[in-house]
Amino acid sequence: MTVEARPDYAETVEHPMTPFLRMDRIPHVWCPGCGIGTVVRCFASALEKSGIDLDKVSVVSGIGCAGRTAGYLKLDGFHTAHGRAIPFATGLKLGRPELTVTVLSGDGDLVGIGGNHFIHAARRNLDLLVVLINNFTYGMTGGQNGPTTPLSARSSTMPFGNFETPFNLPHLAASSGAPYVARWTSLHVRRLTWSIEEALERKGFRFIEVVAPCPVLYLRLNKLGDGVQRMRYYHDEAEIRNGADPGDAAIDFQGKILCGVFVDEERPTYQELMDEHYGNVLGDDYVPMPLEGGMLGGG
Amino acid sequence: MKTDPKGVLTGSHYLDGDFACGEGAMAAGCRFVAGYPITPSTEVVERIANRFPLVGGTFIQMEDELASMAAVVGASWTGTKSMTVTSGPGFSLMMENIGLAAMMETPCVVVDVQRAGPSTGLPTMVGQGDVMQARWGSHGDYELIAMSPQSPQESFDLMIDAFNLSEEYRVPVIILMDECVGHMTEKVVIPPADEIEVTPRRLTEVAPDDFLPYQINGQLVPEFARAGDGYRFHTTGLTHDERGYPGMSVEAQDANVSRLVDKIRVNAGDIVRFDEADTEGADVVVVTYGITARVSRAAIDIARGEGVDVGSVRLVVVWPFPEQRIRELAASVKGFVVPEINLGQLVLEVERCVAGQAVVRSVPHSGGAVHDPQTIAAAIVEVAR
Ligand SMILES: Cc1ncc(C[n+]2csc(CCOP(=O)(O)OP(=O)(O)O)c2C)c(N)n1
Repeated sequence: MTVEARPDYAETVEHPMTPFLRMDRIPHVWCPGCGIGTVVRCFASALEKSGIDLDKVSVVSGIGCAGRTAGYLKLDGFHTAHGRAIPFATGLKLGRPELTVTVLSGDGDLVGIGGNHFIHAARRNLDLLVVLINNFTYGMTGGQNGPTTPLSARSSTMPFGNFETPFNLPHLAASSGAPYVARWTSLHVRRLTWSIEEALERKGFRFIEVVAPCPVLYLRLNKLGDGVQRMRYYHDEAEIRNGADPGDAAIDFQGKILCGVFVDEERPTYQELMDEHYGNVLGDDYVPMPLEGGMLGGG
Repeated sequence: MKTDPKGVLTGSHYLDGDFACGEGAMAAGCRFVAGYPITPSTEVVERIANRFPLVGGTFIQMEDELASMAAVVGASWTGTKSMTVTSGPGFSLMMENIGLAAMMETPCVVVDVQRAGPSTGLPTMVGQGDVMQARWGSHGDYELIAMSPQSPQESFDLMIDAFNLSEEYRVPVIILMDECVGHMTEKVVIPPADEIEVTPRRLTEVAPDDFLPYQINGQLVPEFARAGDGYRFHTTGLTHDERGYPGMSVEAQDANVSRLVDKIRVNAGDIVRFDEADTEGADVVVVTYGITARVSRAAIDIARGEGVDVGSVRLVVVWPFPEQRIRELAASVKGFVVPEINLGQLVLEVERCVAGQAVVRSVPHSGGAVHDPQTIAAAIVEVAR
């Protein structure tokens, strides 16, 4: 778009999320109809609405299409190794406790190769906000089966249909101890934004799953149409039930998608437990990690 | 700058190598440790778990070594000096994120208390089989630094150097300890804090708007911005340009990876460190590291008793390897003897540098014990003849 000719107009066409994005990296890598950009947009809006100090926010991603999110957000951004976003984020949070540490990544990344880290971080209630973009497949590598691929759905490595039972992610997170568990689809732009904002105000291991379309692989391999048709499916089959039992949130092929905030509880975080425990046991001898990081100056 | 006295247990102690290593890390300013238990390294983190709450550090026992190493890389991006500790099987799992640390240029320290492998091998018994893994274990081209202590005192001392070197060159530094040194108890003298010089993180003073995380301005090591200081930088394990943005081209790859390698290769002269003794006029030079250096001393005495003129080179820094010195010595000696508790690893490096100028004799040991000094002595005598 040429904007020079209409300077007054130029101001109005700037994307409202520009201050949150690395505009020098646009165009991004995502395909037309992909839902990841929508999630990034909602995430940025939530940051804006929350009024949080962006200098203190880090975003960590693993590897995959969803893993590229850390590269487009204008925050301290870490594009790490496949599956390791959560432990990397753990180091950031414990190394400088004053940071707000967020993780944005894919289903294969966070609960396939990274599944062990996911459940342990939830169990420890580490102070991390984890947004998982679930496109039911391994997008970056070409549409292979993943830990969330619905039963009978086709993938490039299950060409005759998937016979492995997928994870029910809200159930996994909740039963591992996460105090905040929600699911939305990329159609639920307002609810998702509001939910991320709400989660930013909470503490501990906060988990938000976002079901999002992969038109080029998952939809094509399953002859499910384009991104717009997918929005129709979300519209027709998403059922919002806040407080629903996450055990009921499993997703069948083309079945109902239970959405909502399933868990919103208060539970002491890893660092709170650590501080309280050492405080009790060691009294004044306990020296907590300084909020800005450990031994930055000398003696 | 001088270190923070909180972490320094000044005085004379009777410590094993693992405990001394933990004390060395704290004295060096390490304030974040993530680890997963594994013999014979566990005492290092046990020591730290005991002392960190008193010195302002955080220890976390992670779910595995993949996570431990990833957490260390993450923590280091906050400016907090970070390390992990393991042994062979865990070291294998750490390779992925050691590569990430190398690619993102993240200062950190990895202690590998070697036991005999491969696989689960001999969990409680000594080995030196991870020497090549330390150098080549993660995929692709990169360089790092590895050091090998021969005593509990040196386990303490080298931790300070390891952290300092990792800050200076922004690389992972590996401490290649071994089970014998880790479990050997000796006198360890810990100096006062004001005698311990530590290298602070080289934080940039460039304003956030002008800062590029991998801009080098004619140097080989870029300046650092830590998370949370308003730089809003990006870093990635992908090949990247000065901005830290992915650069998917042959040119970007060449610029990025060449520099990762050059920052160590070009500075190798400053980094290599070895103890050299009695090499002038020697017929045979014994090249050693870690516990085997101490065993070799007995062997050298035996060989001298048989009239052989023997010198020694003990590697304190194993990687980068002292190529130039070995090449020089090769011109004047009959041969080198290289005992290692493996079936011949570092001897390949000696052979490469000697390049046929002299005899190179490996004295292998498959692990579980140190060499019988007689075996090493016999090799020395044979090479001398
Ligand atoms: C250790 C390792 N194994 C495999 C890969 C290849 N790989 C890259 S992305 C990816 C899958 C990512 O899937 P997901 O997290 O669902 O993200 P998506 O691309 O679908 O957004 C895989 C297997 C890798 N980069 N590293």
